[in-house]
Amino acid sequence: MSALLVLALTVPLIGLVPLLLLGPRAGERAALLFLVLGSGVSIAVGVVVVRTGHALEYFIAGLAPPLGIGLRADGFSAAMMGMCAVVLPLTAFYAMRAPGAPAARMPGAFFMLLLALSSALNLAFTAQDLFTLYVALELLTFAAVPLVCLDGKPGQLSAALTYLLFALFGSVLYLLGAVLIYGLFGTLDLAHISAALAKAPPGWSFGAALALMSAGLMAKAALFPLHLWLPAAHSGAPPAASTVLSAVVIKAPLFLLVRLWADLAPEPMAQAAAPLLAACGAGAILFCGVVTLAQERLKLLIAYSTAAQIGYLCLMFPLVAGTVPYWSALAWTGGTLHLASHAFSKAAMFMAAGLLAEVIGHDRLSGLRGAARVAPLSIAAFGIGGLSLMGLPPAGGFVAKVMLLTAALHQGAWWIALVVLAGGLLAGAYVLRVVVLALQRPDGDLPPQRECGWRAGIALALACGAVALGFLPLAPLGFLSIGRPIAWEGLAP
Amino acid sequence: MTDALLYGLAGAALAGAGTYGLLTAAGALGRILGFNILGGGVFLIFGAVARRGAGAGLAADPVPQALVITGIVVAFCATALAVALLLRLDAARAAPDQDDGEKRGEAP
Repeated sequence: MSALLVLALTVPLIGLVPLLLLGPRAGERAALLFLVLGSGVSIAVGVVVVRTGHALEYFIAGLAPPLGIGLRADGFSAAMMGMCAVVLPLTAFYAMRAPGAPAARMPGAFFMLLLALSSALNLAFTAQDLFTLYVALELLTFAAVPLVCLDGKPGQLSAALTYLLFALFGSVLYLLGAVLIYGLFGTLDLAHISAALAKAPPGWSFGAALALMSAGLMAKAALFPLHLWLPAAHSGAPPAASTVLSAVVIKAPLFLLVRLWADLAPEPMAQAAAPLLAACGAGAILFCGVVTLAQERLKLLIAYSTAAQIGYLCLMFPLVAGTVPYWSALAWTGGTLHLASHAFSKAAMFMAAGLLAEVIGHDRLSGLRGAARVAPLSIAAFGIGGLSLMGLPPAGGFVAKVMLLTAALHQGAWWIALVVLAGGLLAGAYVLRVVVLALQRPDGDLPPQRECGWRAGIALALACGAVALGFLPLAPLGFLSIGRPIAWEGLAP
Repeated sequence: MTDALLYGLAGAALAGAGTYGLLTAAGALGRILGFNILGGGVFLIFGAVARRGAGAGLAADPVPQALVITGIVVAFCATALAVALLLRLDAARAAPDQDDGEKRGEAP
């Protein structure tokens, strides 16, 4: 069973071989096949974790940490892997060559990068030592940066270069933090570090290491105030690339941020740092939310909305670090649910924006008047995805925000509750602005062509997935706590 | 002053200079150089950690050396990617038939 973790990393990479050997047309299909297979493996990991109620562990080459490299999927990892397992293959379907079309919709490199992303994301979610995580983050960056500049336009290339420099700065800071931690404990394995921390309270140098790593991860995740690279990179990329960049790529550094502060850091240190992280989150929600309102282009609007929405995850840190276990578990579940529902709704919105641009020929908001007549399904996908961002019932975003609000109010963190509510209002304003424009009477003649039905269907399915997350029973409360705190069961004395 | 401390301080000085360059350089090439100097500083600090061997309780710890080699390879790849992007950007800007950066919100 535990070999599933190895398959989750290798199956997407094996898919690169036929892509290189078979040429673009057959290679695309093979890449899609391997992406779907990889998703099957990821979902199987989740099923095994739920069934057994224990984290899945695998020691590479049978060597146990700290000497060897261990992979481990707990409930939180499995949830993230499941999220990617849904978004990545659907994006590949969306980007596939239309039947009978002469030219490819996306270059073959796109599918290559998608496979690489799938493997790198799974590594980031399952690796358990700080250096393997560093390698996973770098693999992710190397796969994500070319996605930004697939068309090779100057604007895309300079956005990709900015993104790369931010990401490299982030990874060096992360590495410096990891080096300091190695100097303190003589190991990089998370479980061994936790065990050492439990024996003796850490000094200020451990806090400095965590701060360096967090700053690095914030630069990679585009968390306010390090979000400057995100709008240009995510809005300039081709629509299918924007979809994966916004929906899943930035989630890996956020995931590690949660790992560091909620799983690794000792409680007093986490409680001291949490308000700072939450302040960054609040800044993201309020500042980027207001900037989103001022956008004149649809893709830039969606990209700024991503920079705003990732703030919600950071709001959960003070709530998770609280003293009552029930409320911290509720905040944890709310944050994770928000992460997943944001992935689905943002993927749907970027896909819809791509389809709209194909029909109308541009993505200026002023030209969207009447777009619902030529692209009804796309507008529906955008609206339903936006429903979850606004936090209207019964969407996943609603349940996530209710959980965060409840946890905040019960712990007396009223300012977090206010930020959650204000963020919902801002999201409502920018989503409704687009939907209302699209539903208005058109200015002049509408373009003769219609949206591509089956691809709009994919966007709609993802948007409905974001809503369906709201109907999940509260079982994830237990699911996410599987395998916490971090420890190797295979190494139990 | 022990040699490990000297190494560590040299690494810290390099990391500081690299960070300054990365944040203040006007051109992308300067920033890439800054990243490399910063990376070199971090690797030196890692070497000092290995020499101290404090965490592992050894006189000298071989594990960081293996990690530094991997880190250098990753940093080299990153530099290559950044320089390749920079070259493509220059070529694309020089080409007259390409649309300029203002149009990047347009559908391809």
